[in-house]
Amino acid sequence: MKRVAVVVFPGSNCDAETLAAARAAGSDAYFVWHRDTDLRQADVVILPGGFSYGDYLRSGAIARFSAVMGAVAEHAYAGGAVLGICNGFQILCEAGLLPGALMRNARLRFLSRPVWVRVEQTDTPFTSLYEKGEVLEIPVAHGDGRYVVDPRTAAELEATDRVVLRYVRENPNGSTNEIAGVTNAGRNVVGIMPHPERRDAPALGGQDGARVFHSMEARHATQHAVDVRAVDDRHLRV
Amino acid sequence: MTPGAPTPFPGDPPITPQLVREHNLTDAEYKRITTLLGRTPTFAELGVFSALWSEHCSYKHSRPVLKTFPTTGPQVVQGPGENAGVLRLPDGWAVAFKIESHNHPSAVEPYQGAATGVGGILRDVFTMGARPVAVLNSLRFGSLDDARNRYLFAGVVKGVGDYGNCVGVPTLGGEVDFSPSYGGNPLVNAMCVGVLKERDLIKAAARGVGNVLLVVGSRTGRDGIHGASFASEELTHESEQRRPQVQVGDPFIEKLLLEASLALIASGHIVAIQDMGAAGLTSSSAEMAAKGGVGVEIDLSLVPTREAGMTPYEILLSESQERMLVVARPDRIAQVQAIAEQWDLTATPIGRVTDDGMYRATWQDRVVVEIPGQRLIDDCPVYAPDAREDEAIVRLRDAAPPASRLPPLDDVLLRLLDHPAVASKHWVYEQYDSTVQAGTVIGPGAGDAGVIRIRDAEFGLAVTVDCNNRYVLLDPYEGGKAAVAEAARNIACTGARPLGITDCLNFGSPERPSVFYQFKESCRGIADACRALETPVTGGNVSFYNESPAGAVDPTPVVGMVGLLPRADRAVPSHARAAGDVVFVLGETRAELGGSQLWEALHGFVGGQPPRVDLAAERRLVDYLVSAAERGLVRSAHDCSQGGLGIALAEVAMGGPYDETGFGLNIDLTTYGLRLAAVDLLFSESHGRAVITCPPTRTTAVAALAQELGVPAQRLGTVAERGGAVRLRLRDATVEHPVARLRQVYFSSVSRRMGD
Repeated sequence: MKRVAVVVFPGSNCDAETLAAARAAGSDAYFVWHRDTDLRQADVVILPGGFSYGDYLRSGAIARFSAVMGAVAEHAYAGGAVLGICNGFQILCEAGLLPGALMRNARLRFLSRPVWVRVEQTDTPFTSLYEKGEVLEIPVAHGDGRYVVDPRTAAELEATDRVVLRYVRENPNGSTNEIAGVTNAGRNVVGIMPHPERRDAPALGGQDGARVFHSMEARHATQHAVDVRAVDDRHLRV
Repeated sequence: MTPGAPTPFPGDPPITPQLVREHNLTDAEYKRITTLLGRTPTFAELGVFSALWSEHCSYKHSRPVLKTFPTTGPQVVQGPGENAGVLRLPDGWAVAFKIESHNHPSAVEPYQGAATGVGGILRDVFTMGARPVAVLNSLRFGSLDDARNRYLFAGVVKGVGDYGNCVGVPTLGGEVDFSPSYGGNPLVNAMCVGVLKERDLIKAAARGVGNVLLVVGSRTGRDGIHGASFASEELTHESEQRRPQVQVGDPFIEKLLLEASLALIASGHIVAIQDMGAAGLTSSSAEMAAKGGVGVEIDLSLVPTREAGMTPYEILLSESQERMLVVARPDRIAQVQAIAEQWDLTATPIGRVTDDGMYRATWQDRVVVEIPGQRLIDDCPVYAPDAREDEAIVRLRDAAPPASRLPPLDDVLLRLLDHPAVASKHWVYEQYDSTVQAGTVIGPGAGDAGVIRIRDAEFGLAVTVDCNNRYVLLDPYEGGKAAVAEAARNIACTGARPLGITDCLNFGSPERPSVFYQFKESCRGIADACRALETPVTGGNVSFYNESPAGAVDPTPVVGMVGLLPRADRAVPSHARAAGDVVFVLGETRAELGGSQLWEALHGFVGGQPPRVDLAAERRLVDYLVSAAERGLVRSAHDCSQGGLGIALAEVAMGGPYDETGFGLNIDLTTYGLRLAAVDLLFSESHGRAVITCPPTRTTAVAALAQELGVPAQRLGTVAERGGAVRLRLRDATVEHPVARLRQVYFSSVSRRMGD
C-alpha cells in the first residue's frame, strides 16, 4: 500500500475527491498542509486541482513559493512520484519541475467539459495500467489550460516520449501539440490538465480516470521510479 | 461603556427631510422612527433604519403574502426565517438550500454583481453548517440582438463562473431566458444547495449574555454601502452612478471563509454564526440579536477596516464581501482565532451580547446608535398594497397572434431550436465547473435536473430552477402553479421525489397595483401547487423594484427545488440512449398555444391564455416517473415545456453537446391527439407531459404502470439508429430532419450570437 500525500494549498478545491480516489484505489492517502515541510513519509505526492492562493498573479505562481514546495522538489529530485492535476500541473510548471507553462485558454474563457485524451506513455507511475494508445474520456475544468512550450522543448518532449496524454478529436484549449499531460526527464513527475478523480465510478459517467490512481499501487510503477531515482531533473531547460 | 443618548459623530450631516428621503424612508416611516426613539435619530441610526426597513431586508410589502405559503411537512427541519431552509434526507443527512437575487448590482456591474450574488448565497448555506455541493442560477436578459444585452449576458456568466469555479462548488444547472422586458433590468438569481448531518445544524441566534461577537474574514471597506436600499428602488438612468455601491467579490477568501466557518461550527467553540450579507454588519448583528431575544453592543472602532477614517455609518452599512459575524463564549476566543488563523483569516472581537435588549453601537466610549433591538426588527411597517390586474393584460390574454400563413412545420422546428431561449446553453455552462467535488451524476445539459451523489451516502440529490415568465405575465396564478409543476416534473424525470422548494420572487414595484396583483396571484399559485405536490416552501427571497425606464420586468417567480433519489446511480437522463428503444408520451396534449414559445418566436407575440395546470394530473405524473425509475423501467425521461412535444422529441434525439451524434427517431403522431391541428400537437405547451424511452422488453410494464397510476401513456414510435433521421409523421405532413442538422442548429445558436 502506497503512502500518498495530497497537498492542500489555500484555495485547493479538488483535494477531497483526489484523496478519495486514491483511497478507492487502495492507497493510504492523507492530506499535507501547505505549511508542512516534511514529505519523507510519502511514496507519492499529489498536487490537486483548485485555485491555490486564488491563482492571483498567475495560476500556480504563488503556490510555488509555499513552504511545502521545497519538500515536493526534494521528493521529486529523489525520484519520488509526483502528480499534478490541473492547478497542480500549473504549480509544477511554475516550480520548474515540469517544462512549459499553462496559459489562458485559446478562447479566453473557462472551459468545463469532457475531453478525449490518448494515453501516449505508460511508463510513468500514473499511467502504467493503461494501454498505449487508449483513448480516455475525462473532464477538464480550467481557464488556464493551454500548454505552451517553445518549439525546441516541444520537439525534445516528443523525441524523448514525454508527452503522457494528448487531446484527440479536438484541441479544447489550443495547447501546443495537443498536449494534455507531460512528464519530466526522470519520468517520475507528471502533470495533467484533465481531472481523473472526477471519472472514477460508473455513476460519474465512467471510470476512465480510475487507473491513474490504481497505477500508483501497481508494482511496475514503483520499480520504475526506483530505477530512475538517480536522474537529476534540475538541469531541465524550461 | 457609557450608556446614554447617542450623539452625532463628528462630521455627520444634519438630519434633514432631504437626507431622510435619500435613505428611501417615507415621511410616515420616519415619523415612526422618531416615535420609537423618542428623539431625532443620529446619522448612523438613520442608516441602520434605512437598511433594515428596506424592502430587501424587511419584506414589508411581501410578508403577509409569504405567510400564505405551506411551510411544514415531515421532511422540514428548518422552514423560512433562517439563512437557508433545511430538509431531512436519509441516514441523518439533511440538505440546506436557498435562492437569492442579485439583479440590481448585476444591472450596473454584471461581473461583480453576479459574482457576489453567488458568494452571498454560498455563505447563506455554509452558515447553516452545510457544505455547499451545488449551485444553480436563473438568468434573464433582453434580446441577444442588442450589444448591451450581450455585454450583460457575457459579464454575468463570467461572474457566476469565476466565483463558483474558484470556491469549488459545481454549477449543476440553471435556466437562461430572454425577453425584451429584461432589457434594462436583467435578473440574476443564484441558488446554493449544501449537505450536512442534521445534528450539525447551527442557527443564527445570538445567545448568552456576556458572549463575544467576532468578525471573521475580510476587512471592512467602503464598498457596497447602501446595497440593500439600492436593491429596493427602481433602476434609472442614474443607476450607473451606483456602480460604487456594487460590492467586489474575492472567491479565494470565500473558500477560506467556507473552510474556516465549517471548522468553527464543527469545533463546538461558537454559539452562532451569521453572514454579513445585505446591509452588512447592521443586519447581521441586529437580526442575530432579535432572534436570540438579547441585546448587542458593538464598538465600531474595533472592526478591522481597509482604509483609515471610515465613519461609524460606513462601517455599519458596508457590504464588503466575505465576512462573518460569530458569537462565542469569552473563554473560547483564543480557539476561534486559532481556527481562523489556520485559514489565514482574522477573527476580531468587536462586541458582546447584553441583557438590556438594546441594539447599541459605539465608537470607543461614544454611543452612536442605540435602538431597542426587537422593535428595530418588529416595528418595521408592513404594507398591504392595492392589487388590481392591469386591463392591458386582460386584453392580452384574450388576444390571438396576427393571422398569417404558418411556415412549413420543418422550418418552424428549426426556428424554434435556433431560438436562444430554447437552444442549448452549453456556451453558458461550459464556463461553469460542473464536475468539481466529483459527485456529478447528471450535469448541465444531460438531464431535466442536475443530480449529485454525496460521498459516503447512497442517495442522490436532484436540483433544478424553473419559471416561465410569459405564463406568469399572462396569468399569474397559473404561471405560479406552472413554475412549481415544471420544477417537480424536472426533478421527477431524473427519478427523484420532489422534497421542497425555495423561491426567488422577481417583480416590479409593489407600490403599483398591477404589479402587486401579479405578485399576490403568482404566490397563490405557488402555494397551491406546493400543497398539491407536498413540496413545502423553506425560504427564499423577494426582489421588488425590478423596473427600468422601459417599465417593469415580466413577473418572474423562480422556483428552486430539491428532490431525493434513493440511489444516485439510478438517475435517469433526458436523452435517448439506445436504438430500438420505444418512445412514449405521458400526459395529455391540448390546444394550448397561449404564451407559447412558438407564438413568441414566429410572431413576436406574447399573449393568449397560457396552459392551465391540473395539479392532480401533475401529481400522478410525478408519481409515475418516480416509480418507473425505481423499477428501472425507463432509459430516459424528458418533460415537455418550452416548444412543446416537438421540441421535447428533438431534444430527446439530439443528445448532449459532446455526443458524437444523436439518435434518429421514428415517431407516428397520426393516431395521437386526434382533435388537434398539427401545430398544436407539436408546439402546444400543455403541462403534465413527459417523453420517455424504454427498452422494448419494458413496454408492457411501462403501459401497465401508467394504467395503474392513471397517467395517459401513448406509444409514439422508436429510437432509430445513431446519426439517423428524426421523423415525426403527422396526419397531413411529415416533419423530417437528419439529427445532425438539428444538432448543428441547436448547439450553435447561442455561441453564434455571442460572436464565436
